[in-house]
Formats: sequence, structure tokens, C-alpha cells
Amino acid sequence: MSKTFTLDGKTIPFKDGQTIIQAALEAGYYIPHLCYHPEFKPHGSCKLCTVKVNGRQTASCTMLAAEGQVVESETPELNEERRALTQMLFVEGNHFCPSCEKSGDCQLQATAYHLGMMSTHYDHFFPNRPLDASHPDFLLDFNRCILCSLCVRASRDVDGKNVFALAGRGIKTRLIVNAKSGRLADTDFAATDKAASVCPVGVILPKRRGFAVPIGQRTFDKQPIDAYVDNRMVREEG
Amino acid sequence: MSTLETAEHPEKLRRVAIDPVSRVEGHGKVTILLDDNNKVHQVRLHIVEFRGFEKFIQGRPYWEVPVMAPRLCGICPVSHHLAAAKAMDMIIGAERLTPTAEKIRRLMHYGQIMQSHALHFFHLCSPDLLFGFSSEVARRNIVGVAAEYPDIARQGVLLRKFGQEVIRITAGKRIHGTGAIPGGVNKALTREERDTLLADVYQMIAWSRDAVHLVRRLFEQNLEEYNAFGRFRAHQLSLVRADGAMDLYHGGLRARSMDGDILFDHFDYRHYWDVIFEDVKSWSYMKFPFLRSLGPERGWYRVGPLTRVANCDFIPTPFADKERCEFLAFDDGRAAGATLGFHWARMIEMLHAVECIKDLLHDDDILGDDLVTSGERAGRGVGVIEAPRGTLIHHYRVDENDLVIRANLIVSTTHNNQAMNEAVRQVAIQYLDGHEVTEALLNHIEVAIRAFDPCLSCATHALGKMPLEVELVDAEGSVVSRLAKSSDGSFSA
Repeated sequence: MSKTFTLDGKTIPFKDGQTIIQAALEAGYYIPHLCYHPEFKPHGSCKLCTVKVNGRQTASCTMLAAEGQVVESETPELNEERRALTQMLFVEGNHFCPSCEKSGDCQLQATAYHLGMMSTHYDHFFPNRPLDASHPDFLLDFNRCILCSLCVRASRDVDGKNVFALAGRGIKTRLIVNAKSGRLADTDFAATDKAASVCPVGVILPKRRGFAVPIGQRTFDKQPIDAYVDNRMVREEG
Repeated sequence: MSTLETAEHPEKLRRVAIDPVSRVEGHGKVTILLDDNNKVHQVRLHIVEFRGFEKFIQGRPYWEVPVMAPRLCGICPVSHHLAAAKAMDMIIGAERLTPTAEKIRRLMHYGQIMQSHALHFFHLCSPDLLFGFSSEVARRNIVGVAAEYPDIARQGVLLRKFGQEVIRITAGKRIHGTGAIPGGVNKALTREERDTLLADVYQMIAWSRDAVHLVRRLFEQNLEEYNAFGRFRAHQLSLVRADGAMDLYHGGLRARSMDGDILFDHFDYRHYWDVIFEDVKSWSYMKFPFLRSLGPERGWYRVGPLTRVANCDFIPTPFADKERCEFLAFDDGRAAGATLGFHWARMIEMLHAVECIKDLLHDDDILGDDLVTSGERAGRGVGVIEAPRGTLIHHYRVDENDLVIRANLIVSTTHNNQAMNEAVRQVAIQYLDGHEVTEALLNHIEVAIRAFDPCLSCATHALGKMPLEVELVDAEGSVVSRLAKSSDGSFSA
């Protein structure tokens, strides 16, 4: 008989070594998240997957599941905090959904919709982040970076290239390209890299694709993000 | 050009300001300088807001522009969408689109023409025309029209709705869609979508014909006033097809002098700067385009429905062409030179657009799947289209990394800047000279502005209540009298 914990009253089975979010998603139960990806080691930075385990808050992507845990996720309190975190992500960057080609395929946007975010609430930072269009096939629009580090992990752990890195500390943390010039064109980044398709927002974009997929046929036009409980499905379709 | 642009001794004059007049998604104002005998010495329509799109498009990837640029406007975003897409066609070397792509874009454009013209005429202007410019302000709005002329109001709403549906089906959304992409479109029509539109299109044609006849009746009933209202002479500019036909999506530039002579014809718009230049004046953020050959003083011109209907040789759809011939012949051609003739011409264009939609819906190319083409990459893209309000020019330079490095947009309202100023000046002379400032007077000025550009009047009637303030200020700067209309429609002294 498998081990279980309860998530919002539902019994969730898990295998030893699984985190709470892994077991929950496998059981078809959505916990909001941005920096978590089932193919990579957890980063635990976005904190959207925060749940209460036996009354104490913790990131469900780093917390191992254990027998008998009482986990709460879909509570007004937690969703309010998730909404605030999402709003902060929106104001830290320049997220102009109306003209963003990732609109409809963007996990940040879809998560905001899921959480019922009606405005950005906080003052915008309006950072000045020039694009890197140096690569012939890919564009980097740093305005939309949420520092999830998925590209860093994919390039390092899967592609073996270390094209991307997070530099700086705290509020000054930023995504950089690992080249003396700082330009993507001066790396060995390639369209076939895992890092080329892992970005949950609109930073790493294949050039000249833009709005080729019409409204109505985009990932989250078809169903909301919580219906994609298996995260891999989102990556493939997006 | 009227001599009322700049008074010789403004310091001695009283200033009347209409501030704000609503403008293209923003604010404009009219200022009038009067002497002690209320003689008009200076009238200006100022566009006082700065948008900056040309600047913040810079640095963005070119394929984003057809979606970003339409955010300029919520009324005719499709026009900006298509003008930008046409410019980007040049960038990627798509010299000739696939039949499906061009026809889907045309369908989208005719849907835009239809909904914008219907909105402008029925929702925004019909209250002035049906009730009179000085009629009771409380009913001078679309709700008043719905109460007194329910069939007209209903037809207006449903005509616009049909146009919006055409846009939704071709662009993905009724406002700010994404259908046109560099080199083509991202979707064609399904049979179900086509059949949905076909079910209603003949009713739309019938109602559009009724709308043309309604304006004609209004002209007949108010012949002298309509012909004289804000009348001025202007050169004209529009796109025409190679055979001289009206073509709102593509063609060459034709300029005609105020005397009817062709100044240039079938000019390749990809070099528009050889024939058009923009002047700048210190009192307005809007530039003043002019025909280079005539210079800034004499070279200003008028664009839009009235110009297009008169400037083409024929309209290539039967009902609209018949109406065009009758319009041009009406009262020995005088209506075709009247500022309020814009409304008549606009309804003829709406009829033409619906006829084009009908023809396209019967063309199986709109169901095709060959959507995109490309060719040799270029660094400069120019897209020109006839937007509902007139000729719209998008011009971009794109660097080798695919980022926009320069953008220049000349929108319809800009082309009509001087023309609108002239119309406002004529109305001020006709109706203001020697009179006290009243709401009805203000509305006469707005009626003249509205004839050109519903973007200027949309804030007026979208809510039904445009906030306005008029002040009479003496030579020492003291306010002599003041009349304000608040956003809730109430008046205060």
C-alpha cells in the first residue's frame, strides 16, 4: 500500500523521494508555480508553490512528501500571497501582454489569470533592459525575465553549455549571457538546445515566429493553466 | 488657406478656448481670439497630446509591430494593423501575397471600414444630423436617436456589429487582433465562419443602401445649411487602383488640386516622401503634411471618405458606384465639396465595403491554407492603406538584427490637420461672429470636427457627454465669462 498525504482534504499518494508538488501534479492536482519544472532540480525561488504543511508555510517544490502530512494549497490566504508575488513579478519587469508574442502561451500571464489578478497593484519599476537580437535565430527580451533560472538549469544540466547565468544579488539579480561581449551571438547557443524552449515567459524567443499562431489556438486559449496538471504538456504545446 | 491662423496682435484680443475637445484617444482644444466687437481674428484646432509610438516602437522586433502599433487606437486598430503588416511585407520581401492572404486581409479591412463608418455615422453624428446642431442637448445622443428613430439606431448598431464580427473572425479579436503577420495572415476562414457571415450580409447591404439614402434626404431637407456649413476648398489625396477605381486596401497615390486637376497619379507610395512632407507648428503636437510641389502654405490637402469618393474614377461595386454618381451630380456637385458631404461619402463607402465583403465571402480563396509568403529581406518597409478616416502611412527601417530603428507614422487625422482647422475657422466665422458663447455654438464647432474624424468626437458621444470649458478672457487676462460642461453633462457658469 502506497504512502499518502492529504492536500486540501484529498488523499494524494506519493513515492519516497517525491516532493509535494511532484506528487500533487502526478495525481492531477494543480499547485501554482513558475520556477518549478518536472525535468529539473527545484530552484525554490518563485515561491508561488508555497503551501501549508501541518500549519507551516513551505515551498512545495522543495518539501519532500511524507506520510500523513496535512497540506493546504487552495486557501484564500495562500492565493492572496501568490497573487501578490505575481503582481511583484509583473512590476519588476516590463510585461506588456497586449503586444507580447508570448501572450496566450505565457505561464506568468496564465498564472495571473488563474489567481484572479486584476491589476498589477504596485508601482512599476519600468527597468531599462535592451534586447539582445544579435543571434541570427533567437531573440532575448530581458524585459520579461522572472528569474526562474530554467534557462540557466537547462543550458547547464541538459545542454552542457552554461550559456545563461543569474548575476547580481537581491533586487539587482539579472539574467546574463555567458560571453565576454555579453551577446548571445558570441555563445554556442543553438535552436536545438533545451534552453531554447524552456522559458515560461517571453524572454527566449525564436526569431520571426511572432504571431504565427492565431488567437484561439494558443496554449492557454484552449484551457486554463490549472488544467495542464502535467507540466510537460505545457512545455510541449507552448 | 484662411488668414485666421495667426492674429496680428493677439495681445489685444479675447480668447475663447474649448479645452478639451476630445481627440484621437486624447485631448485637443480649439482656441478662438475675438476683438471687442466679437469679430473673429484667430481660430486654431490644437492637438495637445503627445503619444510617442514612433519612439517606443524603436528597438522592438519587426514582427511585433503589426500588433503593437494598433494600440494607437481602439476605433480603427485594424488599419494600423494592416498598414504595419504591409510595411513588414516589404521587410521580408513578400512582394505579392498569396490569394488567400490578400483576400483575408481585405475582408478584415472592409469589416473595419464598415464598423468604423457605422459607429461614426449612427452613434456619433446622427444625433446632430437628425435633431439639429442646436437641438436640445439632453437628447442629442444615440440614446435619443434610439428613442425617436428606433429603426435607424438598431440598424446602426447591427451594421457595426456585423463589421466587428468580420474583424473577429479574420483577426481573432474584435479589437486589437493578430490576424495579419509579415508576409500574410495567420488564419483563413472556416466554412462555418463564412456561412455565419453570409447569412446576414445581404441584410447589411440593404441597410447600408438605406443609410446612404438617409443622408441624401438630410441634405435635401437642409440643402443651403449643409452645403455652406464649414465649407472650404482643398486639394485631395487618396489611393486609387491602377485602373482608377476606389481601392481602400492598396493602390497608388493620386493627388488632385482644389480645381480638379490631377497633380500626380498612381505614385508608388513606397517613396511617398518624394511628394509629401510634414511641416511643424509651435502650437500643435500634430504635424502639418503638405504636397512638396506646392509647398507648406499652399500644399495642404484633405483625405478621407469625401476625398476618396470624388478622387477615384469609379467604385468597383455596383450599388456603391450608382450612389457615387448620384452624390457627385447632386445639386450640381456642391454636396461633394461640402464638409458635411463627408457623411454622405462615408455611407457610400460603407455600402462599398459590405458589397466587397459579400463578394469575398463567395470566393473560395478565403478558405485556403496557403497563408504566408516571403522573399528577399529588405531594410525599409512602407505600408499605406486607406483607413476609415483617410490615407494612413506606416514607414519603418529595420536593422540586420531584425529590430526597428526608425518609425514614421502619418495618420489620417494628421493629413487632415489643416483641413480641420479650415473647417473650424469657417464655422467660427459663420456662427460665432458677434454672438455669445453657448453650448449650441460649441456643438457647431464640434460638428465640423466630427465630420472628419470620429476619434476626435468619440469621447464626446461614447459617453454622450464631452467635458468642455469655454472662457472669455479680456485683454488683461481676466475672465469675463465662463461656460463649462462637465463630464456628467451638466452646465455651469
